[in-house]
Amino acid sequence: MQNMRDEFGKALVELAAIRDDFVVLDADVAGGTGTYHFREACPDRFIQCGIAEQNMFSMAAGLAESGVIPIVTCYAVFASMRALEQARNSIAYPDFNVKIAASHLGLDVGPDGATHQALEDIAIYRAIPNMTVVSPADPLEMRAMLPHLLDSHGPLYLRTGRSPLPDVFDASTRFEPGKAQVLAEGEDCTIMAVGVMVHRAVQAAEKLKEAGIFCRVLNMSWLKPMDEEAVIKAAKETGAVVTCEDHNKYGGLGGAVMEIVCENHPVPVQRVAVDDVFGSSGEPEDLAREYGLMPDDIAAAVRKVLKRK
Amino acid sequence: MDQYQELVNFAAELRKSIITMNCYAGSGHPGGSLSCVEIVSYLFAKEMSFSPTNMDDPCRDRFILSKGHSCLTLYAALAEKGFFSQEEFKKLRHADGMLQGHPDRVKTPGVEFNSGSLGQGFSFALGCALGAKRAGRDNRTYVLLGDGELNEGQIWEGCMFGAHHKLDNIVALVDYNKFQSDDLNENITALEPLSDKFKAFGWQVIEIDGHDFREIENALQRARTTAGKPTMIIAHTVKGKGISYMENVPKWHGSLCPTGEERECALRECGCGGLE
Repeated sequence: MQNMRDEFGKALVELAAIRDDFVVLDADVAGGTGTYHFREACPDRFIQCGIAEQNMFSMAAGLAESGVIPIVTCYAVFASMRALEQARNSIAYPDFNVKIAASHLGLDVGPDGATHQALEDIAIYRAIPNMTVVSPADPLEMRAMLPHLLDSHGPLYLRTGRSPLPDVFDASTRFEPGKAQVLAEGEDCTIMAVGVMVHRAVQAAEKLKEAGIFCRVLNMSWLKPMDEEAVIKAAKETGAVVTCEDHNKYGGLGGAVMEIVCENHPVPVQRVAVDDVFGSSGEPEDLAREYGLMPDDIAAAVRKVLKRK
Repeated sequence: MDQYQELVNFAAELRKSIITMNCYAGSGHPGGSLSCVEIVSYLFAKEMSFSPTNMDDPCRDRFILSKGHSCLTLYAALAEKGFFSQEEFKKLRHADGMLQGHPDRVKTPGVEFNSGSLGQGFSFALGCALGAKRAGRDNRTYVLLGDGELNEGQIWEGCMFGAHHKLDNIVALVDYNKFQSDDLNENITALEPLSDKFKAFGWQVIEIDGHDFREIENALQRARTTAGKPTMIIAHTVKGKGISYMENVPKWHGSLCPTGEERECALRECGCGGLE
């Protein structure tokens, strides 16, 4: 189990030692996002913006104009809503090289409750032109992604999550930027998952295997642009898809996958997601159970979609 | 010859271009475009190191029109400086033109920022100024704000940021023409005491007549020699300045253009022969 946000902060410190082209911006939540590691190690490259996300986002565009890469950090609910228009008009439209790194995703935020749970951010950021949207499944993948994200020009929304996560990958894992990653093979159905749901999808597939149902599992960390080829291939080869996300069922991974499947190779799709409600306070695992995001819920969705095949 | 005659001529050219563009497009924001003509003229003709030949130079000065609806003035000044031909005026706000309804750095040479969503240009300018300081460059950033724009909370976030980070390489100017879209500022959300507000936020504040080149010059010189804090120039102006029937008349804020006799009168008052 590793804490995603601590690993994020530490990864930034390690990157700072080998490249001088980025700075980190914070809106008084360095303790929450993990960037306090960076603040302590690289104070000259840490810019405190105060609790003023709108100014921080537009200001970051101005900083980018000077040639440095600003990594803007705050909670996802504020990155995706409070400063959204700044993200659109100041950053995305003029195509400034600003990386928005948001923590505290979905129900995984836990006890802070509904006001702090970003359950809409994938839908929101996916709808903005020029914007890349990524959501790694564990700290190892996040660490593998960061150098590539910094090397690629353009606006980006990176969802880093909050709570400690079981490792999905090990040191031998190879990550290919932009590609959906196959975590298990199977012919009956494909489970596509993102972020905190990836390890749950792997567990669901293992349980289903014991019952004689064989699922392909894809890690969909590249939400936009999405690996359309992998989605179409999965639809063609397995004939049914289940999507899993800690996000509202509207407009997120499920919506994005349905767009591709419907346009290219229609097959039954079943979503595992939050059912268009605001969450409540509670421990992440308890909330995942309450709102139907556990491995058993994924397995049930697979059984359901197979009946529609 | 008056030492400011060249600027007077530059400003007259801008007014002529503003009215010309406004007539071609059939819409736009003439009132607030005319009120900032002297400010923009001084910055472009005298103050800034900024031209088509140094646009790729990170050490150039930056001008950000945060009150983006007054883009007619910016386009007029950019054309005057040779960023594009006045022929482009004919296609303002048209699908086949480069001149957009609000400033657009993607489509228009010389435009630094996609402004018009109020408050954002100010923050962007603060980022430019901070970026210049971090890179050790001594170029300066100028940002023009509307008085109505000061309603935006982001402006005050930016004020705190600019003072805290001691950005003495930025000059913000408020085109204080007292009117905003629907009415007088004082009837929407009163701004006074404006000078005290900016001072309380840690800025050096200088109040001037925004149509007086000598006062504009003095204020910019003071800003240049002030260390450790950013400067806010509150420029008192007249909305619709220079066109008799537009001055202080709210309907000329936006989406209007002079027609018939109005047009002839406006062009005459700008010292122009008429549209081609």
